[in-house]
Amino acid sequence: MKADPRGVLTGVHFLDGDHACCEGALAAGCRCAFGYPITPSTEVVERIAQRLPTVGGVFLQMEDEIASSIAIQGAAWGGKKVLSVSSGPGISLMMEHIGLAAMTETPCVFVNVQRAGPSTGLPTLVAQADMMQARWGSHGDYEVIAICPNSPQECFDLTLHAFNLAETYRTPVMFMMDEAVGHMTERVVIPAAEQLEVVERRRPREKPSDQYALYRCEPGSRVPPMPPVGEGYRFHVTGLTHDERGYPVMNAEAQDKLVRRLVDKIRLAEPELARYEEFQVDDADVVLVAYGITSRVVQRSMRLARERGLKVGVFRPVVVWPFPERRLRELARRVKAFVVAELNLGQVVLEVERLAGGTRTVLASHAGGALHEPEAILKVVQEVLR
Amino acid sequence: MSQHVNPVEPFLRMERMPHIWCPGCGIGTVVNCFVRALLKTQVDIDKVSVVSGIGCTGRIAGYFRADSFHTTHGRSIPFATGLKMANPELSVWNFSGDGDLIAIGGNHFIHAARRNADLKVVCVNNFTYGMTGGQVAPTAPLHSLATTAPYGAFERPFNLPFLADSSGAVYVARWTTFHVRQLVKSMEEIMHKPGFCFIEVIAPCPTAYLRRNRLGDGLEAMRHYKQSSKVVHGADTRSVDIELGGPIVVGKFVDRDRPTTLEAMRDELHKSLGDKYVPYPTGVQR
Ligand SMILES: Cc1ncc(C[n+]2csc(CCOP(=O)(O)OP(=O)(O)O)c2C)c(N)n1
Ligand code: SF4
Repeated sequence: MKADPRGVLTGVHFLDGDHACCEGALAAGCRCAFGYPITPSTEVVERIAQRLPTVGGVFLQMEDEIASSIAIQGAAWGGKKVLSVSSGPGISLMMEHIGLAAMTETPCVFVNVQRAGPSTGLPTLVAQADMMQARWGSHGDYEVIAICPNSPQECFDLTLHAFNLAETYRTPVMFMMDEAVGHMTERVVIPAAEQLEVVERRRPREKPSDQYALYRCEPGSRVPPMPPVGEGYRFHVTGLTHDERGYPVMNAEAQDKLVRRLVDKIRLAEPELARYEEFQVDDADVVLVAYGITSRVVQRSMRLARERGLKVGVFRPVVVWPFPERRLRELARRVKAFVVAELNLGQVVLEVERLAGGTRTVLASHAGGALHEPEAILKVVQEVLR
Repeated sequence: MSQHVNPVEPFLRMERMPHIWCPGCGIGTVVNCFVRALLKTQVDIDKVSVVSGIGCTGRIAGYFRADSFHTTHGRSIPFATGLKMANPELSVWNFSGDGDLIAIGGNHFIHAARRNADLKVVCVNNFTYGMTGGQVAPTAPLHSLATTAPYGAFERPFNLPFLADSSGAVYVARWTTFHVRQLVKSMEEIMHKPGFCFIEVIAPCPTAYLRRNRLGDGLEAMRHYKQSSKVVHGADTRSVDIELGGPIVVGKFVDRDRPTTLEAMRDELHKSLGDKYVPYPTGVQR
C-alpha cells in the first residue's frame, strides 16, 4: 500500500536524526505514540507531540516509560500503528513490556537513542552498549528485530521500514539509534507519499465466530493475522503461555509450541530480513564490521588503511538482529580477519565471533562518550595484519 | 434464549470453566454483577473491552466473552489508556486486585484519575495478595497478618476511595460482595459515564487472608459485611478508612463531571492549532 499523504512531509529538509525518525514514523502511518522525555531522545517525543495532532493522531506524555511501553500496546490492539521512544534508564524500564509484545505478538516500534551507561551514565553522550539488551533484555526466550541507522536520512527511511517489519512479523522492532545519529543534522529527502510503500496490518479473513482462534496461522506462515478490537472476534490476549485460541495453557508442550514459533518466526526469517552494506570487501584481507554511527567512522579507517596499501573492507549490518549471518559466513570463508568496532566493550562482536568459524575476530572497543578515533581502529587492523 | 440457560453464561467463556478461584472467593461475585450490569444496560458487548493485570482478580479478563487483555502486573491502567485512546468508541473496563492496582500500579492509577482517562476501574480489595499466597498489601489493615507481615502489618493502609477522589476520579463508590444489587447499579451508572470511574469492592479471600486473620470463611465474611457495613452516600472520602474487623462505610461517594483526557486534548488543540488540528474522536456524547 502507498503511504497516507497526510503523514508525509514531502520535500528536502535539514533535519537531525531524532526529527527524521519522527517523520519516518508518521510517513509509515504511526498515529498513536506515548513517551516520556529523556536525553538524547527527547526531540523525538517533542516533535511527535507537535506533529501528531496535525495528521489525525494522538500523543500522550505518560507518567513513566513503564506506562508508555504498555500504552502503545493497548493502542496497537486498538488498531493503531504505534511508537514509543526512550534512552538508557527509560529503555531499561520498558523491558518487561518488550517481552509482553513479543509474547502477545503486538506490532510496535521502540526507538532507543543510545547513550552511555550503565545507570545514568553519560546522559548527553554517545554509546552503542544496549545491543544485547535490545536482543534479550526482557526475561525468557524471544527474538526481536533491531535496526541501526547511521544518518538522519536513514532515520527516516529505516523508521518506515521498522514499522513495516513490525506489521509483517507482528513483533516489537527495536530502532537502535545512538546519540550521534540522533543529534546529527543532515539533508533528508522525504519522497512523495505515492513513492512510499507501507505495510498494513493483515486482518483475519474469517468472520467472527465461536471457532475463531486468535493465534492460528495460515498454512506455511508463522505469523497469525491480527484482528481489531471491537468487531466481534471477542478474543483473549495474555502474556501467559497460551494456545492458538489465546487461552492460558500451563504445560511444557504448549510452551514449546508457542515459544519455538515466536523465536523461529524471526530467526528463520533472517534471509528475508537481512540488510547490510559492504565496501571494498571483494579483495579484503580484513573486514571492519560496524553498525550505526561507528559504521561511518570505519569508512575513514578503511581509507587510511587503503592509503597504506592494506586490503581492508567494511561490512555494515543495517538490521543487526537477526544478524545477517549467511553473508557474514560467506565473508568468513574469504577473509583473514574481522575487526569489529563498536561503542561498547564487546557485544555484537560475540555474534561475529560465533559466525566467523575459525576466522580471527578482534574487537576495537570503546566505552562510549565519544566516537572511536579512526586511527585507533586502523592500529588494530595493522596489529592484526602484522 | 432458552429459559434453561443461565443468563450469565453467554457472557462467559464457558469452555474455560471450571475457573481457578477458590470456594468462597469474592471475585466470582464481581464477575456476576458485571454481567448483570451488561444485561441491564444492553450495551453492545462487541464494543466492551475487559483489561486486567496479574493476580487472582487479574484472571477476570480471561473468563469474559469479550475482547479481553490479561496484561502485566500493575500495568492494566496504562494498557487500557492506550486502548481507549486508539479506539475511543470502546467501553474499556479494568478489573484489578488491590496489589495490582495500588501497589505496583499505584502511580498509573493516580495519573489516570488525574488526567480523567475514560476508563471504568473496578478494584477487588481483599486486603492481600491472593495469587501469591497472602503477602502484605498496601491496603492491609493495621495489625492484620500476612506471610510477609508475620507479626502484623505496621504501615498505614491506603484508603482507596480517598485516593481516587483526591486524584480526580469523577465517580467513586465502595461496596462489598454482600451488596450485589448496589454494585450492579453502580456498574450500570458508570457504563455510560465519561471519565475515570472507580468502584472498590471489598471481597473475601478465605484462602490467603480470612483464615490467617481468624476471620472465618467466605460465609462469615458475608455476615460481617452485612452487619458492619454502613451505607453513607456522599460520605467524605477522608472518613472511610477500614480497620481490621471494623465497620465498613459503603456507598456512592463521588459523582461529578469534568472533561475526559480526549475531550480536554481536543479543546486545547482546537484552541491552539485552529484549522491545523485534525479532529480526533473522543468517544464521548454529552
Ligand atoms: C512484576 C511482577 N512482580 C510480581 C509478580 C507476582 N505477583 C503476581 S500476582 C501478585 C499480587 C496479586 O495480588 P493482588 O493484585 O492484590 O490480586 P489478588 O490475587 O489478590 O486478586 C504478585 C505480587 C508479577 N507477576 N509481576
Ligand atoms: S487465593 Fe484468595 S483471591 Fe485468590 S482465588 Fe483464592 S480466595 Fe480468591
